[in-house]
Parts: sequence; C-alpha cells; structure tokens
Amino acid sequence: MSELSVSHLLGIKDLTPKDISFIFDTADHFKEVINRPIKKVPSLRDITIANLFFENSTRTRLSFELAQKRLSADVVNFSAASSSVKKGETLVDTVNNILAMKVDMVVMRHPLAGAGVYLSKKVDSVIINAGDGAHEHPTQALLDSYSIRQELGEVAGKKVVIVGDILHSRVALSNIYALQKMGAEVKVCGPKTLIPKYIESLGVSVELNLEKALKWCDVANMLRVQNERMDISYFPSTREYVDQYQLNAGVLQKIDKEILIMHPGPINRGVEITSEIADSSNAIILDQVENGVAVRMAVMYLLASKIK
Amino acid sequence: MDIILKSTFVDPCLLCIFDLGVFTTYNYTMNPKVLLTSKEIDIILHRLACQLIENHLDFSNTVLIGLQPRGVFVTQRIAQLLTDCYGVKDLKIGSLDTTFFSDDFRRKGSPLQANKTLIDFIVEDKNVVFIDDVLYTGRSVRAALTAIQSFGRPSSIEFLTFIDRRFSRHLPIMPNYKGRKVDAIADERVEVRWRENQGEDIVYLVK
Repeated sequence: MSELSVSHLLGIKDLTPKDISFIFDTADHFKEVINRPIKKVPSLRDITIANLFFENSTRTRLSFELAQKRLSADVVNFSAASSSVKKGETLVDTVNNILAMKVDMVVMRHPLAGAGVYLSKKVDSVIINAGDGAHEHPTQALLDSYSIRQELGEVAGKKVVIVGDILHSRVALSNIYALQKMGAEVKVCGPKTLIPKYIESLGVSVELNLEKALKWCDVANMLRVQNERMDISYFPSTREYVDQYQLNAGVLQKIDKEILIMHPGPINRGVEITSEIADSSNAIILDQVENGVAVRMAVMYLLASKIK
Repeated sequence: MDIILKSTFVDPCLLCIFDLGVFTTYNYTMNPKVLLTSKEIDIILHRLACQLIENHLDFSNTVLIGLQPRGVFVTQRIAQLLTDCYGVKDLKIGSLDTTFFSDDFRRKGSPLQANKTLIDFIVEDKNVVFIDDVLYTGRSVRAALTAIQSFGRPSSIEFLTFIDRRFSRHLPIMPNYKGRKVDAIADERVEVRWRENQGEDIVYLVK
C-alpha cells in the first residue's frame, strides 16, 4: 500500500481495513522513534498544523500536540474559551481566518456531530477529527485497536465488549467501526437507557448483564459515564450503576479468566472501574496513552503526504 | 567482452591491500546485463571485510549499521564473514531506516512506507560504519547522517557501499569503502540481488 484512500480523517467509517493496517504498520515505526534518546523526526518540518479545540480536552490535545512536535511540525493552538467564537464568529470564518495564515492541516474537536465533515467541504485544508459530539473519535478508536493488536498479536477474531455509556460515546461508535473492519466481534453492555435503540443494525450484539459479557470477551473497554452530556437521568443513581456495571475484583473473580482491560480516559475511579483494577497488570490504560502518540504521528504523517 | 574484471580470482586476503582501480564497463545492447556473478560478489565481500579489519582491528569500538531496506543484506553478509572467517567476536550490527528523515517527503515518488530500525546499543563515541548496497545520489546517506544523531553522537562515521555508481551524486558524499565502481547512465538501474531475499547473489545492470 502506498498511500491512504482518504484525504481527511473524519471518521473510521471512511477508512478501509487496508488503510487501518497501513496506519498501524507506520505507527509501529513511530513507536520505535518515540523510544529513541532523541524522539524527533523531521518529516513534517514544512507543515503547519492548527489544533482547534471547541470543546475541552486534556489528553487528546496533548497527545496530538506531542505527536506534531515529534514530527517537527509547527503548531498553533486554539481553544474556544478564549476566542472570537464567543463574539459570534462562525466555524467556517474562524477556520478560514486561521488558514489565511498558511496553515496546512487542522485538528478539530467540536461539540457538534458532523462538524469535521462540514468543515472538510468548506475549507481547503486537511482535516483530522479529534472528536465531534457523540459521533466519532477516530484516533481514539485507532489507538484502541492498535493497543489490542500490540497486546494480543492481532485484532481479527478477538471478542471485545464495550461497557458503559454507549449512547453518548463517540469512542464507542468509532471503536465499533474499527474493530469490525479489523475482523473483531463486538458486543456492547450497559444500562438499557444508555444503549442506542438500533445499535444492532451496526452488527453488534447487546448484553445487559456485565458478568455474562465479561465471560464472553477477550477485551473489555470500559467507557466513562458522560454526565456532562446527560440532560436527563438515565439511571436511578450512581450507586446503582456501580452495583450493576462497575468493573471490580469481585466480578473479575467470578468470570475466572484473564481479560485485557482498556479505558479511553479520563477515568471516574470508583464508578465504572475501581482503582485496584485500573492499576492492575491486566489494564493497559497507560499503554493506550503511549500508543496514542505513535498512532497520531502515523495519521498526520500519512495525511501530510497528500498536501501538495 | 562486456565485463572487464581484473583480479577476479585472486586470494581475497590479498585484495584488501590494493585500492582496486577496477570498474565495470558494459555493452548497452544486452538487457539485463550481468555485472557481477556470485563468485565475484563473494570475493568483493571478503575484500571489504578485510579492509574493515585493517581500520577497525577487533571492532571493540565499532558498530556496523545497514541502511534499510537493502543495505541490511550486505551488512549481514559482511558481519558473517568477519565472524566466521576472520574471528571477530561480539560484533555489533544494527539497521537504520531513513524514510522519516528523507528530504523528498511529499515529492513525487517518495515512498511513505518505513522499514524497521534496530539499534539496540549506544552509538555515543562509537565508530559507526554505514553499509548500503548501491550509492547513487547520496541522499539516503545524507538522511542517515541526520537519523543516526537520534541515537547519540558517534566518534566517527564511515560509509561502505557495495556498488558505487559514479557521476550520479547530488550531494558531496564519497564512500570510504567500495566494492565495485559502476558507470551507468541515468535511466539505467543497478540491481543487486542477494540469495537471502531473491534466491541468488548477482548484480545486474537493467535498462
């Protein structure tokens, strides 16, 4: 494979399995680079990237910024809180103003689903979606599948359960697409109110009982309950959620098998997962963070090759 | 006579004491042209190994680094000779990929796909010998000179090439050790095949 089939990374849905494998193979090399004494390559030295975060983010923004700096790109950061967006400027105007300063690539997080797709049609720049509302978070899904491949050898044939707030999660949707494209079987598990109504149409099965779901799976990806996106109460109390869906030593003892535990962060310790399990040897949460930089370097390197 | 080869069947140990002024000329009408046979390749590898020993003695402070993708085969072959035929012990060899350090990223035809870099030793204050199969424009050597800095500051860097295509350099880069000089025009390609990946040791000139 000589290049990606897409010119933007708006969602996993647009990628082919070959694209994903190409990103993973390239990420392998970048992972070696970021473990060198000097962790930098000059590939993107003539590329300028704008990170536009219209919604809060810590690890994704840091991970992107670090990946850009490791690739020697010039980086400008923008957060909505301190911008003219507050003064009523439209998204396209904001971005076109930034592009007028000769920016080649835009990494954008936005609270509205489809913001990346919209922008890619309106402006002349490579767009990378760093999360758009409850739609997609493609680089998170890539790094999750990449971490599974690293730990278990391959993604194909593996059984992965995504547990928690599926309804509000862009991570869940992108993960479902990525895992299925790489040949994994996917199940979602959580309170019925947090499982979207027609999720089966994506080819995933639903399990309401955490213990049964864990007995079935090789990998459990625990999602955070996104209180900030909940306008109504989706379950009676946090205590009840903990009782039914928390990953803890008790439930892991019952399933009597070793499973890989993942979490996209930030963790609500004591809610979806206990500290004891989050810090255990089966949890690869910090490996996911390390892999995130390598995967994002691969994505930006491969997309930058298309900038003429 | 298409191939003029001096000293082909001389004892390889003697070869190392001469700076071989040999180079290959060829007849353009035949395609592809065999530049070097397996036997000739073997003799040249022995000579290169001996020349390395002359300068690096027991290799205690020297590391051999093959440039990906094709320099690794020459490196493995020379390392094998040094170890098996000349008794060099604890030879350190590695491979270095220069894709991310290339100066033609985003230019037409530049490959995106990287190869494995494997340097599991410190190069700080070491004598580094880069090894490649064909020296052409010199751009991958330039990239390698930058890439190696990620692993420390070597005491010195030398360059060994199996085939030196003269008169085609884009940069002021000269090899310290060369197997065979070849004069070829721009639209010709020197193809070095190794038995490890292509079943036979042979060098072709392909038009």
